[in-house]
Amino acid sequence: MSLIDLTATELQSQLALGHITAVEVTGAFWAQIERLNEQVGAFLATRRDMALEAAERIDLQRAKGAAVGPLAGIPVALKDLICTQGERTTCASRMLASFVPPYDATVVERLRSADAILIGKTNLDEFAMGGSTESSALGVTRNPWDLECVPGGSSGGAAACLAARMVPLSVGTDTGGSIRQPAAFCGVTGLKPTYGRVSRYGLIAFASSLDQIGPMARSAEDVALLLEVLAGHDARDSTSAAVPVPRYTECLRQPLSGLRIGVPRAHFADGLDPEVAAAVQEGLRVYRDQGAEIREIELPHGRYGIAAYYVIAPSEASSNLARYDGVHYGYRTDEAALLAEWREESRRLMDAGDTSALQQSDNPLVRMYRRTRAEGFGPEVKRRIMLGTYALSAGYYDAYYLKAQKVRRLIRQDYDRAFEQVDLILGPVTPGPAFRAGEKASDPLSMYLVDLFTVGANLAGIPAISVPCGFTSRGLPVGLHLQAPPLEESRLLRAAYMYQQTTDWHTRKPSLA
Amino acid sequence: MKQPPEPDHLPYKIVIGLEVHVQLATRTKLFCRCNTQFGAPPNTQTCPVCIGLPGALPVMNDEAFRLSLQTALALNCQIPPSTKWDRKQYYYPDLPKGYQISQYDLPLSHDGFLEIHDSQQRFESKRVRIRRAHLEEDAGKSIHDERSGTADSRIDLNRTGTPLLEIVSEPDMSSALEARTFLDELKLVLVYQGVSDCNMQEGSLRVDANINLHIRDRETWIPTPIVEVKNMNSFRAVERALEFEADRQFDVWQETGQRLGDAPKQTRGWDDQAEVTRPQRGKEESSDYRYFPDPDLVPVNVSPQQLDQIRRQLGPIPAVLREQLQTQWGLGAYDADVLVNQGPRLVQYFTQLAEACGDAKEASNWVQQDVMRRLKEQQTEIDAFPVSAATLAELIRMKQAGQLDRSRAREVFQHMCDHLQSPQQAMTALGIQQVDTAELSALCRSLLDKNPAIVADVKAGKQQAIGSLVGQAKKQNPNVNPAQVKEICLQLIAEMS
Repeated sequence: MSLIDLTATELQSQLALGHITAVEVTGAFWAQIERLNEQVGAFLATRRDMALEAAERIDLQRAKGAAVGPLAGIPVALKDLICTQGERTTCASRMLASFVPPYDATVVERLRSADAILIGKTNLDEFAMGGSTESSALGVTRNPWDLECVPGGSSGGAAACLAARMVPLSVGTDTGGSIRQPAAFCGVTGLKPTYGRVSRYGLIAFASSLDQIGPMARSAEDVALLLEVLAGHDARDSTSAAVPVPRYTECLRQPLSGLRIGVPRAHFADGLDPEVAAAVQEGLRVYRDQGAEIREIELPHGRYGIAAYYVIAPSEASSNLARYDGVHYGYRTDEAALLAEWREESRRLMDAGDTSALQQSDNPLVRMYRRTRAEGFGPEVKRRIMLGTYALSAGYYDAYYLKAQKVRRLIRQDYDRAFEQVDLILGPVTPGPAFRAGEKASDPLSMYLVDLFTVGANLAGIPAISVPCGFTSRGLPVGLHLQAPPLEESRLLRAAYMYQQTTDWHTRKPSLA
Repeated sequence: MKQPPEPDHLPYKIVIGLEVHVQLATRTKLFCRCNTQFGAPPNTQTCPVCIGLPGALPVMNDEAFRLSLQTALALNCQIPPSTKWDRKQYYYPDLPKGYQISQYDLPLSHDGFLEIHDSQQRFESKRVRIRRAHLEEDAGKSIHDERSGTADSRIDLNRTGTPLLEIVSEPDMSSALEARTFLDELKLVLVYQGVSDCNMQEGSLRVDANINLHIRDRETWIPTPIVEVKNMNSFRAVERALEFEADRQFDVWQETGQRLGDAPKQTRGWDDQAEVTRPQRGKEESSDYRYFPDPDLVPVNVSPQQLDQIRRQLGPIPAVLREQLQTQWGLGAYDADVLVNQGPRLVQYFTQLAEACGDAKEASNWVQQDVMRRLKEQQTEIDAFPVSAATLAELIRMKQAGQLDRSRAREVFQHMCDHLQSPQQAMTALGIQQVDTAELSALCRSLLDKNPAIVADVKAGKQQAIGSLVGQAKKQNPNVNPAQVKEICLQLIAEMS
């Protein structure tokens, strides 16, 4: 067995025993990146030399008998909207293509102090807006199970690099399903923590009240290992939960007895791909066989989730992305050309004696804003900025934003009520498996519906996990979705671990890897 | 100079509301821990949070919030149990996030009031209602280089994120003088609470005014369009701008007859040199700020316990202090006004002095006439004044004991200030000694002998003639006490007859 097939937990114990070195581990994954990244396109940036140096340092420390962190010597990939000091953080946007943050995100600080090897930054939909990674302005990512298909998104690179065995651990973000959906499409395990569980400081915001950083890996056990490092209160994030973090890796193996699983009827309604339905039903059977009690439940407002989400998320995005105006950092349109054009236009109007047109014509600053944003953002980002700007405008605010917030409260109440009866809610992650590249690119609405089952957890702020539960006849992975009450990540991880003890879907490997 | 007509005879009423932005005296900014000190080199007091770098998040400064509550309580405001933060969105180069974190529909305080009065009684005392006071972050500063050909703009973000308390009054003021008085009194409240240094030059206090007229039309009043006046860099400028604006609006009314609603709200800027207001192209005319709750911040709850605690630590309120100086120290309204308007430290100096010398009226005179003049001459503050209240009290007691007359006491005071000496040291330095009574009697006797004419005058009932003797006595010995000289001379003359 090659090093790259080992899980992070296995690597951790092999490293601790001294059977392998961090340099060997890093080298092995690096070789895989070199071999496959051109085909898969998971990474936007890699840092071989710095990763190997860090690995050497860790080996040296270990050799001296010094204490090392929990992720010592284990390569980790970061989604490229998490700030890394002195290294480009692009959000897969032209706008930030050369942006170098002067600071580390809190999770990056935590990973560094856990001695993780930060090996590269992964591709995503531009500013995490999308479900296929196709809106990335900086590269194409393919699904390792079928290069014709998308890896999902927005954490498409984060999921694809795991499936292709380029890293054992990957950090993604989830605003409406952006960890869970690509995890399902790529056959890996991904967890969206409770809102506030992981600090957002240094995560470049898409929709602040929904965004959450989370761990992705090839097993629930590895997800637990990574979450333990990422989670915890941060005074720099006002929305961070000041609640102690359980030792997820320690409670993981305790089986859940008397487990009550709720199944929302609506999640198995028309429109669900039959092969996905069958795989998820099969997953349900596994729990039933392990003694879980299955109950049908209702989430009455669930069907308004997508509508509410596509008002709230773009509203916040329209505001969060206002700062990309070309003034202080990031992309700026060609000023010389702009000024030349403006002078030319002014002269023409002056010559024509058209003073009213002259007065109404935009000044160079406004032109700079307009053109910078027109050139710096891609179409999906612009679409969402327009949606959000509209929803927050005077006269529309009540009808859209405020109403969406009311729906959001109702959805949260639905979950509260459901969790009075059941411990977990189970269903499919997505209505279908990974689709072909370009298939939905011209139909934004069908792309938005990919988030159908996942947005609820973001709107309610609850944790949820995507676990591989089978394959379609075409060999594409299917994901099982588990949702739990706030701060019950350990319940999700224990349930996923139980499942992965009796199934091997998560260990399957795409042929190219 | 044209005399302002009596208000009752004016064909209109003036309606003024004020919006005051006050920089709170916190050490650090509202949502990050950058320094707020004025005058640092551009862009040296910044961090990822205040310059709006991607991924940076705001964390509220508790001290700024506490100072805001304190101010709101001093302005008699209601404090709701919970408040929140909103984003006010517009594009401007000195606003790096593309929005300002402010408070929209749930300000931290509302419905307060401030009482204003004029010691010269030019208007009747009144209560100006405070609509709301809310906290927000300041924007940066744009510096435009207008040299021909090199027009260039630079941005300094040191000020970005400094806590600002926005205090909005109701349109309860009906003259420029009332507006000016409101500002003076508001500033005094802020200074007494120690929440701001209120330095207008450094931008710690900024005022915008809304003004229109209500034109008398038989039994009713017709409101004219509201104008917002900006760019007033001193309270005096506010007063003058509003005086100008009221006249201008009346002229416009007579010319156009435009009523409120006929024309959109206009923004005008005050030109201090030309002494006129001019229309300003608002930077976001008829803009939609698309306010919405800031998802990066959590609502702030204010407990009754927290409010009680702030209430207990509240500094003195000027209006209350004026009252106290009158009732507890027996000062007149005018004197109380003068002292309180000088600020809390001078009032403290006064009360210490009054306590120590046991004569509030005398203490008040010394503070107002001598101490304040000296402060003005030296352009210093009472904190840096060289003579403590206890030392000055010593001097006053010597004067009260008849050891010094008023003018000699003043000389001594001057010397004490200049040389940092005690009254005794100063008197020695000035050669002032106690003249013993025997010596004084001898002096008086010789003067009477030399001036039979004056003696005759006095005997004939012209008491004031004695003044000349006092003058001569002082010439011979500057240390004599004039009152004593007068008394002894009169007694000797009486003995003669």
